[in-house]
Amino acid sequence: MNLLCSKTTGRHIGPFALLTLTLAACGLLAACGKNDQPGNGAGDRAVDTQLLKTIQQKLLDAKPGDVVEIPAGVHHFDRGLSLRADGVTIRGAGKDKTIVSFRGQVAGPEGLIVYGSNFTIEGLTIEDTKGDALKINNGENIVVRDVRVRWTGGPSTGNGAYGIYPVKTRNVLVEDSEAWGASDAGIYVGQSENVVVRRCHAEQNVAGIEIENTVHADVYENTATANTGGILVFNMPNLSQKGWGTRVYKNQSVANNQANFGARGTAVASVPAGSGIVINSNSKVEIYDNDVADNQTANVIVSSYYSTGYATTTGVEPGYDPYPKAILVVDNRFKGGGDTPDGLDLKTLKTVMFGLSGHFPDVLWDGYADPKSAGVADDRICVKGASGVLNADGPDKYKSPKIETQLHDCTLPRLPAVELPSAAATKTASAT
Amino acid sequence: MSVHFRFGRRLRAPVFAAAALAAACVAPLLLGGCERQPEAVKFIQDGKPEHLSDWHVLHSDGRHLELGTGVVPYDLNTPLFSDYAHKLRTIWMPAGQAAAYADRATFDFPVGTVISKTFYYPKGQGGQVVASKADSSHEIEAGRLDLARYRLVETRLLVRRESGWVALPYVWNADQTEAELARTGDVVPMDIAAANGAASHFAYVVPNENQCASCHMLDVKSRKLAPIGPKARHLNRDFRYVSADGEHDENQLAHLIRVGYLTGVPGAQAGPNATLTQAELDALPRNADWSDPKAPLDARARAYLDVNCSHCHSPTGPANTTALNLEPFLAPDAHLGLCKPPVAAGKGTGDRLFDIVPGAPDESIMLYRLASTEGGVMMPELGRTTVHREGLALIRAWVAAMSGGCVAAHP
Repeated sequence: MNLLCSKTTGRHIGPFALLTLTLAACGLLAACGKNDQPGNGAGDRAVDTQLLKTIQQKLLDAKPGDVVEIPAGVHHFDRGLSLRADGVTIRGAGKDKTIVSFRGQVAGPEGLIVYGSNFTIEGLTIEDTKGDALKINNGENIVVRDVRVRWTGGPSTGNGAYGIYPVKTRNVLVEDSEAWGASDAGIYVGQSENVVVRRCHAEQNVAGIEIENTVHADVYENTATANTGGILVFNMPNLSQKGWGTRVYKNQSVANNQANFGARGTAVASVPAGSGIVINSNSKVEIYDNDVADNQTANVIVSSYYSTGYATTTGVEPGYDPYPKAILVVDNRFKGGGDTPDGLDLKTLKTVMFGLSGHFPDVLWDGYADPKSAGVADDRICVKGASGVLNADGPDKYKSPKIETQLHDCTLPRLPAVELPSAAATKTASAT
Repeated sequence: MSVHFRFGRRLRAPVFAAAALAAACVAPLLLGGCERQPEAVKFIQDGKPEHLSDWHVLHSDGRHLELGTGVVPYDLNTPLFSDYAHKLRTIWMPAGQAAAYADRATFDFPVGTVISKTFYYPKGQGGQVVASKADSSHEIEAGRLDLARYRLVETRLLVRRESGWVALPYVWNADQTEAELARTGDVVPMDIAAANGAASHFAYVVPNENQCASCHMLDVKSRKLAPIGPKARHLNRDFRYVSADGEHDENQLAHLIRVGYLTGVPGAQAGPNATLTQAELDALPRNADWSDPKAPLDARARAYLDVNCSHCHSPTGPANTTALNLEPFLAPDAHLGLCKPPVAAGKGTGDRLFDIVPGAPDESIMLYRLASTEGGVMMPELGRTTVHREGLALIRAWVAAMSGGCVAAHP
C-alpha cells in the first residue's frame, strides 16, 4: 500500500528513475519510517550441539504418528531444523518452558522448515532465527498451537521475515500462539486454503497477522498491537492462486503504531505505521465485531495494488485483479486513531481536511475501483458503523480526496465459516 | 576463477579402475596404490552405512583417492557453486542396468544407481585451502586424486533404492582415509586464500539429509529426491576419459550410451559401438559453459541460474511459492524476475523493488541476494557461505545488458 513511497505516476522505472524514486518524498499513505535497530549479534552462549543432532536425527527418522519432544530449557542451536515427513508432531514442554534460540545461526535460514502433512507443532518458543522462524511449505492438516516466535532485540529490519509461516497449505489451524518482532509478518499464511488463526498475539512486527493469496480464512479472537499494521489481508500478483473469502472478527487491533521497519520492496513495507486492519487487492473480505482502536493512520485501510508502488506493465501477470472487491466492514467497535498518519503527505492531507487536532475517519480507501465492477452490487465496499470513509482519490493523484457518504452504505452476502477437518480441530472452540 | 573441468579435456579418470591402476603402476613412485585389488561397487539396499568405504565407490589410502570398478566420472557444462570447492562427480549402475534419457528432466535411473560428489580443495599454506581455478589436469591424474595436494572435505551419495533416492552425506576424516556418515550435517571451519592472497575464514557447512532434500526435492508435492546434474543439458559436453587404450575425448552422453549406462537418446543405438554424430549431439539440449567468454551472455547467465537455482525455482520446486522460475527454457518474463515484485523476501529485498530491473543490476534484488552471505538474505539459501564473485559478475553483466527498465502501470 505504499500509496506510495514511490510516486510512479507516468514514470519510467529504469536504472535512473529508480534512483530518483528511492530518494523521492513519500506519497500518500506512504510509510517511509524506518527503525533500523542494531541486529541481535552473535550470542555468546554455548551451542547445544548434541541436542541439536539428536533432535535433527529424530526428525530425519520420523514416521507418521511419531512425536518428537524437545525438553524444557533454553537450547541454543546454530543450525536450522528440518522435517520432511507426514504425520509428525513436534512438542515442547510449553512455550514458556521450551525455548530454542537460533541466535548466531550459521545455517538455515529458517529455525524449522517443514514439508509434510498432518503436522502439529506445539508448546515451544523459537527465537532469533536468521530467516523465517517456522516455515511449513506444502501440506494439509497443519496445527500450530502454543508456539511463540520472537526476535528478542525488538523491531529490526535485520530480523527474520516471517514468524509462523504456513505456505501452500490446506486445513491450517494456528491458535494460542505469539509472534514478536518479525521484519515482515508475525503470523503469515500464504497461498493456502481453509485456514483458522485464532487466539493469537502479534506484537512489534511490521505486519501482525497477514493472510495473503489465501482462500477461506477465519481470523478471530486475536490481539494485534504495536505492529506497523495489525491485521492484513492481501493479494499479490504472479502467484499460484488468488485469495478471497477471509473473515476477520472479534479481534483486538489496537495501537499498531510501530514505525515501519520492513525492507523496501516487500509488500508490507508499503503499509503506513498506524494501520489497524488493511485489505489490499483482496476480495470477499469481512471485517466485523472487532475492537479497532488508536491506530494513528487509520483503523481500517482498503486499497489497491496500484497504491503499493509495485505495479509495472510487465511485472504483473495479465490475469491479476488489483482491486479490492466485496469488502464488508460492519459492526466494529472503533475508537480513536487516524490522528497522526504516517508520512508527510498523509499528515498534510489530514491537516488540510481535518485540521491539526482532527483525525481521519475510521476507514481510509485509496479510491481505486474496477470499472468492470461499476453497478455490480456484490463487488462493493460496504461500511457500516464507522465514523466515515475517506476516499483518498488515488486514481487522480490524490487531488480531490473526499468523505464518501452514500457510496458504501450497503451490505453483502455473508461468507460461511471455515470448517476444518477433525484432525485440525481437536481443540476447536465455538467458531462463530 | 574459471569453470571447473573446463570441457573435461584434462580430467583423467578411469572408466575401469583396473585399467587405471595398471596405468598408475607404470610410475614406480605410485606402486603403493597397486597393492589393493579393486572391489566391486556395492549397492546397499537399505540402512545408513556408516562409512563411505562400505560402498566401494571411492577408495582412499590417505595418499590417493581412486574410483571403484565401473565408476564413471562426469562433469557439468555449468556446475553449482559451492564455496569454491572442486568436485569429483561419479556415477555407477549395476550390471545390465541403464538410465532412460529425458529431454528436460533428470534421467530416470534404475534401482541400484549410486551417484557420488566429492568436495575437495587445493591445499594452501598453513592449513588453508585455496580458492583456485579448478584445473583438473593437475588434480585427477590417471584416475587418482593426489591427497598431498588436495584436501577432501565431504562426499555426498545419492543412492537409488526401491523406495526412491536417498541422500547420504559423508565427512572425510583428518587422515583422509575414510569418510563418516554425517546425517545431521556438520560445520567445518576453514580458511580460504583467494587469488589475490587474501585469506578469509568461513564455515563450510555439510548439509544434513533434509538439507540435501531442500535442493534435491525437485517436486515439493511428492517430496521425492532426485539428482540434479544428470540431465541432458548439463551432461552434453566432452570429457577426457582414461582407458586401457590411453586417453580420449568423448561426449559424455555418447560415452554413457557406449558403456551401457544410458538408453533412449534420440538417434542413438545402444551398445559398445554406439555413436552419435556431432549434429545429433548438437540437436540435444546443451547448457552453456558459464565461464566461456565466447558463449552468448544470455546463455551463460541462464545456465548459471539453472544449475544454481532452478532445482527450487521451478514450477514444482520448493520455491514455487515465490513465482520466480529460473529454468532455462522459459520465456524471459515476470517469472524470470523481470520487474517482478518479491513475494516473501523479507530483508532479502535489500530495499530494492523488483527481482530484476532490466539494465539496473544495483536495483535488482537478485544481485543483492547473490552478493550476500547472510542467512535469510543470501541465495541460494544453502550450499555456500561465501560469495561467488565471478558468478555474481556474470549475472551483473547479464542484467546490465538488458534494456527496458520497469514501467509503472496505472489503471
